[in-house]
Amino acid sequence: MTLAPERHASTKPQGINPRLRVQSDTPRPQRPALKKSGRPNPAAHLTPEQIEGIGHELDALRKEVMDSRGERDAAYIRKVIKTQRYLEMGSRAVLLFSGVKVKGIRPAWWLGTAGLSVAKILENMEIGHNVMHGQWDWMRDPKIHSTAWEWDNASPASQWKHSHNEIHHTFTNVLGRDNDLGYGILRVDEDQKWTLFSLFQPIWHVGNALLFEYSIAAYDLELGKYVATKNRMTDEQKAEFRANRSEVLQKIKRQATKDYLVHPAMSAVTGSARTTLTANLVANLVRNVWTNTVIICGHFPPGISTFEKTSIEGETRGEWYLRQMLGSGNISGSKAMHVMTGNLSHQIEHHLFPDMPSNRYAQIAPRIQDLMERHELPYVTGSLWKQAASVYWKVVELSLPNKVEGRRRRDIVRLELKKAQQKRRRARR
Amino acid sequence: MSAPSIDRATPSAGATRPRLGAHTDGPLGGVVRGARKLAEALATPLVPADYLDLIDPMRSGADLRGRIVEVRPETADAATVVIRPGRGWRGHVPGQYIRIGIDIGGVRHWRAYSLTHRADGSPAAGIPAGCIAITTKAIPEGKVSRHLVREAGPGTLVMLDQATGDFTLPSPAPAKVLFLTAGSGITPVMGMLRNHLTELRDVAHVHCAPSERDVIFAAELAAHHESGRMALSLNLDDVHGMLELDRLDALVPDWRERETWLCGPTALLDAAEAHWADAGIPERLHVERFRPSVVEPGEGGTVTFARSGLTLEADGATPILDAGEGAGILMPSGCRMGICFGCVLPMRAGAIRDLRTGEVTVHESDEPLPVQTCVNAVAGSCEIDI
Repeated sequence: MTLAPERHASTKPQGINPRLRVQSDTPRPQRPALKKSGRPNPAAHLTPEQIEGIGHELDALRKEVMDSRGERDAAYIRKVIKTQRYLEMGSRAVLLFSGVKVKGIRPAWWLGTAGLSVAKILENMEIGHNVMHGQWDWMRDPKIHSTAWEWDNASPASQWKHSHNEIHHTFTNVLGRDNDLGYGILRVDEDQKWTLFSLFQPIWHVGNALLFEYSIAAYDLELGKYVATKNRMTDEQKAEFRANRSEVLQKIKRQATKDYLVHPAMSAVTGSARTTLTANLVANLVRNVWTNTVIICGHFPPGISTFEKTSIEGETRGEWYLRQMLGSGNISGSKAMHVMTGNLSHQIEHHLFPDMPSNRYAQIAPRIQDLMERHELPYVTGSLWKQAASVYWKVVELSLPNKVEGRRRRDIVRLELKKAQQKRRRARR
Repeated sequence: MSAPSIDRATPSAGATRPRLGAHTDGPLGGVVRGARKLAEALATPLVPADYLDLIDPMRSGADLRGRIVEVRPETADAATVVIRPGRGWRGHVPGQYIRIGIDIGGVRHWRAYSLTHRADGSPAAGIPAGCIAITTKAIPEGKVSRHLVREAGPGTLVMLDQATGDFTLPSPAPAKVLFLTAGSGITPVMGMLRNHLTELRDVAHVHCAPSERDVIFAAELAAHHESGRMALSLNLDDVHGMLELDRLDALVPDWRERETWLCGPTALLDAAEAHWADAGIPERLHVERFRPSVVEPGEGGTVTFARSGLTLEADGATPILDAGEGAGILMPSGCRMGICFGCVLPMRAGAIRDLRTGEVTVHESDEPLPVQTCVNAVAGSCEIDI
């Protein structure tokens, strides 16, 4: 009598992305108790079996929610889209009279600017970000589909989907792989290398927040990489960059024409051209600062982990889930707060299930928190003010080099300055 | 003496109505063009239609939609759905069908149905003027047909496509006609009868149904028979058994001389095609086929990359993305783990299985279904549009 061999998930053919499997078929390296920076590894106490268990539990939760999607969810996104469009049209109509003064103030300007700011925030966060994540693809409505959506932002949808959905969500908080980690210009983690450039980052950070949509566009375009490696690029890579660049410029041109030319021109009839222009400018700034604030709260507050490049080799789905939970942080607040952040206040839940309809994150949040607490993993959350302030403080603190036993930070900076001067002198000779 | 001509419903209203910027000749052309450009600049990154749809989704120039006016029971499990179409409706030729997209549980489903209303827009058989009508029979696994018959109510907005199909009468109409229908296959023929019966001189109609109660439009058919405008033979399965085509010689002795229009279940269509071919007159038979095949999901199977003209075998554990790339097709790809939606391609037919959950998705619509190729393997067979 022969026994049929037992079938495991690991008997699946080689070559499939290990992240599609909860269980690994290769022995996993021991998780070190401490990270390179000397900070403790919050997942060091978990066995591979426990991680696999977490993976199964999350898969089951995902299936439960995804199977229950229905009419109410569809009605939700349609309502948000409808509200946003009416709010935008209404605000722009009000702004046609933004120049009219009543008792020394311009009420239409204030009302219209506030409405337009909210409309732009909704459009970017709860609608654009989430539709482009494929959260509503299941409805099979070609107008509310990840492959068709274009948003009110400097970055074209196609480029954003690549850098955000693909790179950031796959490699969340992996140093050197996830470009979101500091957007290449900020040092937000002690494990990131300190350079003299970091000294000025409090200034960059504020500038970045004000012009956020353009820095996202530059980041999606991989402008920094192009500048740094231009000489080593193949002709093909350069051509691809140029095509992407012209796509971004076209998008920016259309966006700017709308906000800074056509709408102000429409208001010229009531003498409100200049005030409409300032209203559009302010609304874009408000939206930029708001989205930046929400996003920095998602991955940079204290207590959130970063990961080494080597730690994700052959990563299973269970391990991927674990990294998403440890690499993200939430914002607590009211229902209105959640909608205005595009439910990115549930960043942990979003990172576990990026294609789950955003209106369901609040529903699963207590269960995710419970799961993490059962496994003694830190579920990072806090109010917007607390989380944002902690990141701003981090940006200031990490503009200086890490504290090292027996050395003053001031000396490290001085040494770096001296090195830089020597280098410059050598270059001049 | 000429044969009676059939007054075709000419696709008119909507088709010739000038749309925003559609005509750009003459002195007004520039103004219209300019207005369109301005509207586009104001609406970017959306299009002006996205805003106009909020106000009037049925306006001319919009994507064609319709609103259900009434759902009227015909038999215990069949109902006529009366729909007021948007202003872009271009009319139809009797016998043609439309595709309807309806949201069920938040998911849009598309199906094709024959039209039965008067093509000239006048009222008929209780269908109000200006409305279009389809009749559907609720079948056990038919998500859409059950929804239309049992759940859908007045006020529901549905997506529509313009009428299409060549299951129509020629002009001039043939002198002798045979209609052979079964079950809900009566619907395209009812469309012809309601529009053209007075112009047809010699009509024989054989209709099959399981029992007396299941005959859709029973009263209307009986009335035509009694008035002598049409010779109707009912074949009821519970009385006569399933129709054997040999019985045609008894029911309609001159069937070989008639131009025949046939609509019904696949088995009947196949049998009739063989029967007419055996009689040496296959060209006299005009057939309407709706559902070409029903997909039975399995484990692994054939993947067809339609535009690349390539079909290959893949096992139940190989993502469609990998299968395509392995065959040298330039596939869009991204995270390869199902989260970035960068690999989404339209599936035109078949069934797939999600490698993460085991969930099977069957293509059961008339609309291409966008699917994630990186986390889905073929289940039986599938056709991808690349």
